[in-house]
Amino acid sequence: MVAAQQGDGFVVYDGVQKSYDGETLVVKDLNLSVAKGEFLTMLGPSGSGKTTCLMMLAGFETATSGEILLDGKPINSVPPHKRGIGMVFQNYALFPHMTVGENLSFPLEVRGMGKSEREKSVMRALDMVQMGAFANRRPAQLSGGQQQRIALARALVFQPELVLMDEPLGALDKQLREHMQFEITRLAHDLGITTVYVTHDQTEALTMSDNVAVFEDGRIQQLAPPDVLYEEPRNSFVAQFIGENNTIDGVVKEIKGETCVVQLDGGVLIDAKPVNVSKVGERTRVSIRPERVEANKDRLAEDAHTIKAEVLEFIYMGDVFRTRLRVAGNENFVMKTRNAPDQVRHKPGSMIEIGWMPQDCRALDCPE
Amino acid sequence: MAIQSATSEEGAIGTATDSRGRLVTSDGTPLRRALERANRRRKLTALALVAPLLAFILIFFAFPIAQMMWRSVDNPQIVNALPRTLVALEDWDGQGVPDEPVFAALHADMMEDLDRPRREQAIGPLGIRLNYELSAARSAISRTARSVPNFEEPYRDAFTDAHRLWGQPELWQIIKREGRPLTLSYYVAALDREYDADGNIVKRPENRQIYVSLFGRTLALSVAITFMTFILGFPIAYYLSTLPMRYANLLMIAVLLPFWTSLLVRTSAWIVLLQQQGVINNALVGMGFIGDDGRFSLIYNQTGTIIAMTHILLPFMVLPLYSVMRTIPPSYMRAAKSLGARPWTAFRRVYFPQTLPGIGAGGVLVFIISIGYYITPALVGGQSGRMISNEIARHIQQSLNWGLAAALGTMLLVGVLVLYWLYNRLVGADSLKLG
Repeated sequence: MVAAQQGDGFVVYDGVQKSYDGETLVVKDLNLSVAKGEFLTMLGPSGSGKTTCLMMLAGFETATSGEILLDGKPINSVPPHKRGIGMVFQNYALFPHMTVGENLSFPLEVRGMGKSEREKSVMRALDMVQMGAFANRRPAQLSGGQQQRIALARALVFQPELVLMDEPLGALDKQLREHMQFEITRLAHDLGITTVYVTHDQTEALTMSDNVAVFEDGRIQQLAPPDVLYEEPRNSFVAQFIGENNTIDGVVKEIKGETCVVQLDGGVLIDAKPVNVSKVGERTRVSIRPERVEANKDRLAEDAHTIKAEVLEFIYMGDVFRTRLRVAGNENFVMKTRNAPDQVRHKPGSMIEIGWMPQDCRALDCPE
Repeated sequence: MAIQSATSEEGAIGTATDSRGRLVTSDGTPLRRALERANRRRKLTALALVAPLLAFILIFFAFPIAQMMWRSVDNPQIVNALPRTLVALEDWDGQGVPDEPVFAALHADMMEDLDRPRREQAIGPLGIRLNYELSAARSAISRTARSVPNFEEPYRDAFTDAHRLWGQPELWQIIKREGRPLTLSYYVAALDREYDADGNIVKRPENRQIYVSLFGRTLALSVAITFMTFILGFPIAYYLSTLPMRYANLLMIAVLLPFWTSLLVRTSAWIVLLQQQGVINNALVGMGFIGDDGRFSLIYNQTGTIIAMTHILLPFMVLPLYSVMRTIPPSYMRAAKSLGARPWTAFRRVYFPQTLPGIGAGGVLVFIISIGYYITPALVGGQSGRMISNEIARHIQQSLNWGLAAALGTMLLVGVLVLYWLYNRLVGADSLKLG
């Protein structure tokens, strides 16, 4: 991971703040570095400041303070049309009064490229997204997925080194979205362009990115590659936001190196890995992924703590079983088990014992 | 299964066809007829909903317009009043004064008319009708009519003695030419033409040409007003479309304010502002920009008409523009800029073309309204700011030449329709957006 944090990246946010009304900060002290060729996703709920960050990079919003650097040069005072950044918009923003070919030709025309050269570039870009046959159509005659491809081709046709994408797949249905996720990552890697991608869809972020920056409340909560983000969330917001998560609040009783003992609010003691707890007596929220919860004692370590749970609901989902449990007062504790021949289908109302590896249970901060 | 049992022998599941290969429903009626029956009720409801307005439009809009257009060619007066004279005139060669038989027929016609009850007399309308073609004809007819009972043969001398007009070939040429149930003479007059002695259509003398130049001026003023509303309305509409809804609505009220004030009040306000001793001129003189003798003539001329009508018609431009601009997402401009277009290029190539439906709608609306506008030019237009509708009104209210008024009105209507047709050919009426 990461040229990030080192300040020599291709795109650098250096202490950027943004306020619209002079009273509240939408973006609070953003420091971020994107390496050349990297696919970075800004992930966060709506209102977390991620889109504002993208718009500041594109030049449609100005940073209230701080500096944004592109390839080492500050761009705060460079107008958007001189930044040379390709951008794919949420609703594609294909010009409805122009054909597909004219849409793609537009960025080349305003750059003063000759006609024959322009046509060649347009065809190349269309072929790149397998839309070569559609140059004479109007955007309104295309399906959502096709418009998406054209928008992508238009953002790439003038060969920018940096492409920004603002929730480009939000309007597509699930199957098309998954297909386009793959296609966009493939194109980005083949062309070696740096990509900054904004989404609120965590699956999209995990499957596409080299690095994901999780935004909340105007700050980056965690910047990490997808696997690290999922398995080692640094705080309870990230743990909650990425993937499904079981959380139980409690108090730290003992810390010894890589493990700690937490007394849950129900009184039970469990083992956990201390992530951002530092002293005994602190309140904490422990988080366990549903798929790391184990009801089969054979698969647990001998000295693992187990905890009693009441089965509330059993849902058969095909590839997995999803069992909702009451654990230490939490009625939404979920256990996901693979649909294997020897897997038990727990009956609602029965009492079982569950456990987990101490390193899968992370003791995080406890937000009020 | 129910569906299968209803299929024909061919065995296609769910569809069945009759002997001629048409699709039929499960009970054997052709699908098309079944669909029509199912839709009939909906059509009837739709018809019932539009019927009141349709009837209203037919009775109070389509019918009067048809009547007016009919009046522009209707020409019963001479035929009704002088049937015998017209028969006798058939032998006349059109040169000089007709012979005695014609005058005898004229005498018989007028005598018969005098016997009729007063309300049915055709001689009065005849005088009015002839007067359109030849001034003094009306007094000639009415003066003669009074003394006709005392006439004795030879009638030719009796008539020419009663009024000198009867001895002029011109009058007889008119009677012969217009002695038909339908006439084009109103249109001839509306186009600043007239008939010469040989019955050819020629231009009127320069000093009597009014209407063609008035049509031209009406067109020019309408174009100027449309252009002014566009110049003033476009930036306003653009600004409104970028504002949050509640501010936009508030400002829209300001734009619509002209709609809520009486037309007369607004127009009079313009008189107060624009006249030579008015607010604007006084202010300019007071601030020393112009001398007291250099006051601008801002009213009772074309300037006045343009200023006042631009103000009145501005909302008709702003509303369609605004409604079109509101639907253009800001991301288009952003996209254009991100693709490297300067702000002006982005506006010209991306934003402006998308506002064309609004410009078209607003333009057609303002132009068509202003081409037939009446009150404002009448009040502030003076002599040079008058438009064709003022002339039409004059003929209806003062000169009472309804035929000419109808001809002018029909030409105006046809002109508007032609312009609309042209617009439709060039731009396409289905791209109109009125809000």
